[in-house]
Amino acid sequence: MSVLALNFGHGALIQAMNVIELRDIYKTYHVGELDLPVLRGISLSVKHGELVALMGASGSGKSTLMNILGCLDHATSGDYLLEGQEVSGLSADGRALLRNKKIGFVFQSFNLLARTSALENVILPLTYTHEPLTDHEANRRAMELIKLVGLEDRAHHEPSQLSGGQQQRVAIARALVNRPSLLFADEPTGNLDSRTSQEVLAMFEQLNREEGITIILVTHDPTVARHARRTIHISDGMIVDGDFAPPAPGGAA
Amino acid sequence: MRRIRLFRILRTIRTALKALRRNPMRAALTALGIIIGVAAVIIMMEIGKGSSAAIQRTIANMGANNLLILPGTAASGGISFGAGSVMTLTPQDAEAILKECPAVRSAAPVVRARTQVIHENKNWVPVFIFGTTAEYLAVREWAAMAQGDMFTDSDIRNASKVCVLGQTLVRELFGGASPIGKEVRVKSISFKVVGVLSSKGANMMGMDQDDILIAPWTTIKYRVTGSSATTANQSSASPAASTQVNTLNKLYPSDQLNLYPVQSAAQQANTPLPVRFTNIDQILAAAQSGPEIPLAIRQITQLLRERHRLQPDEPDDFTIRDMTEMSKTLSSTSTLMTNLLLSVALISLVVGGVGIMNIMLVSVTERTREIGLRMAVGARARDIMRQFLVEAVVMCLAGGAVGILLGCGSSFLITFMLRWPTETSLAAIFSSVIVSASVGIIFGFYPAWKASRLDPIEALRYE
Repeated sequence: MSVLALNFGHGALIQAMNVIELRDIYKTYHVGELDLPVLRGISLSVKHGELVALMGASGSGKSTLMNILGCLDHATSGDYLLEGQEVSGLSADGRALLRNKKIGFVFQSFNLLARTSALENVILPLTYTHEPLTDHEANRRAMELIKLVGLEDRAHHEPSQLSGGQQQRVAIARALVNRPSLLFADEPTGNLDSRTSQEVLAMFEQLNREEGITIILVTHDPTVARHARRTIHISDGMIVDGDFAPPAPGGAA
Repeated sequence: MRRIRLFRILRTIRTALKALRRNPMRAALTALGIIIGVAAVIIMMEIGKGSSAAIQRTIANMGANNLLILPGTAASGGISFGAGSVMTLTPQDAEAILKECPAVRSAAPVVRARTQVIHENKNWVPVFIFGTTAEYLAVREWAAMAQGDMFTDSDIRNASKVCVLGQTLVRELFGGASPIGKEVRVKSISFKVVGVLSSKGANMMGMDQDDILIAPWTTIKYRVTGSSATTANQSSASPAASTQVNTLNKLYPSDQLNLYPVQSAAQQANTPLPVRFTNIDQILAAAQSGPEIPLAIRQITQLLRERHRLQPDEPDDFTIRDMTEMSKTLSSTSTLMTNLLLSVALISLVVGGVGIMNIMLVSVTERTREIGLRMAVGARARDIMRQFLVEAVVMCLAGGAVGILLGCGSSFLITFMLRWPTETSLAAIFSSVIVSASVGIIFGFYPAWKASRLDPIEALRYE
């Protein structure tokens, strides 16, 4: 049983609750005089321990939706409950705190700090925790996650010395170091070849299955989406299908 | 909570150091502006301080630190007779000033005369005939004697007929030959020349300072000016002295007619005369340094008022003159110098600061994705701001530290190789640390603010 599982075993109360609960989300960008609606009434829910794919063509609004879900942006209107907590009204600082505590990000381009060891990269989110950890504790936790992604022998390598797949695994470790409730992967295999893509996706599946981590994969690639148990299709700012979980969700949780 | 805050600051500093270490070349080049600026400030300040100390010494040599204490003013029926018209100063006052006023470096009593000096077939009227003590040379900061020695304290006690001559007098009376051991006559008193002063040239008023004869004040007072202990100064006493006819059987011209029958020893013991102090014409004192002149004046005033037993409502029975003009020149010279150097230093530091701002702006642009990532993993705007600000300040402080070393090293080399006077300036070191930190904050603020205002979504997407 990993330490991570502790976070996901809060008990029946949280398990019964949805991690994500979106109600009628609208997002409109104002370009000069024009109103540009990007999201038009999105409602969806994600339960604990789900592995969900968010699919849509470019321009469909899936990135905007992910930004809102990831608390990087706020909706023009609608309600967003993250683990039962109302998020839409939070300030920028409040959202930063929430991102730090509850959300992990994995990006297409890894976004690792150059000339910084894998270990230091994984420690990065711990720098911004509300109650700072001691160096020793931070190191221990980062090392645990590096082990989890199978890079313990590369912990002190810099990104330039790692392959793409390894870099993405460092990024995954970094996303998980604060024990988030939710892991977002934005086109995580976009910069990888097919073999390492499979490895990384297998890792997501493993994390979801064994550690019970809730993962949302954002992609436009159906082969990636196939790894998810549920796929939310989005088109023209509206959900086409898959907005609510099927009655009997799988997963370790 | 306090502990956490401290912890966070330490962590921010470490993050900043790590960020700087990721691009050491750029950090070093950026800091170079500050390094050069701070080093320039320190070199300038140290050279400036050294030369201004040298200039001050030179000006002090001209007598800028000197204080002239003159006896008080007599007034009768509303008519003032000008400075020195009452005799109130004694040689003991001079001794007391030296002993009890810490701001006074040295003090000498002065008795003046103006008369002819004769050697063989030549004669000359020197500008100055001063009766004083050996201390006089210290007051005037007159360098070592050119020949011979200054007279001693025992010469003063004995009113010995010895004197030292200025260069002009030597030239006029001896035609350049060594006067040591020879005799000169002043008012028919023979003085043995024991020393020759080194040349000092003209003073600020253009008077030849080498046209001087210095003798023990007792000798000048009792043997030359002919005033007894009870008479007034030379100006009021001179008529009495000059009307006397010097004859060969009169050893001292100051001999006066005895108007009263000579007292017997018993009579003297029965009717002691009130002791009157010996008067002198002026006291010349030197303050420890230019800035201490006002303090010295205060101390001397207080001391003399006490010694002269003046009531608080009585006016001073003496006046103290300082060389205001000279000390003003002195202070304005150094102020001008300091201001000049300060402006040069300021410009170089501003240039360094602009360099920092420039590089920090480039750095913010270059690290947009990093900023976006940091924001995505939970950094608040103020965390980003703090990080960049700390980076700038760390760079400036590190640059400042190197600059201090470089500056001190260079000024040492300058002293060592060029023999320019320099003086280590702690003020310069402290102020350059403070200035480099503030340059970091001021010029790091805008880039840091810009970084903190980035939108995480845009920043993450930035190519």
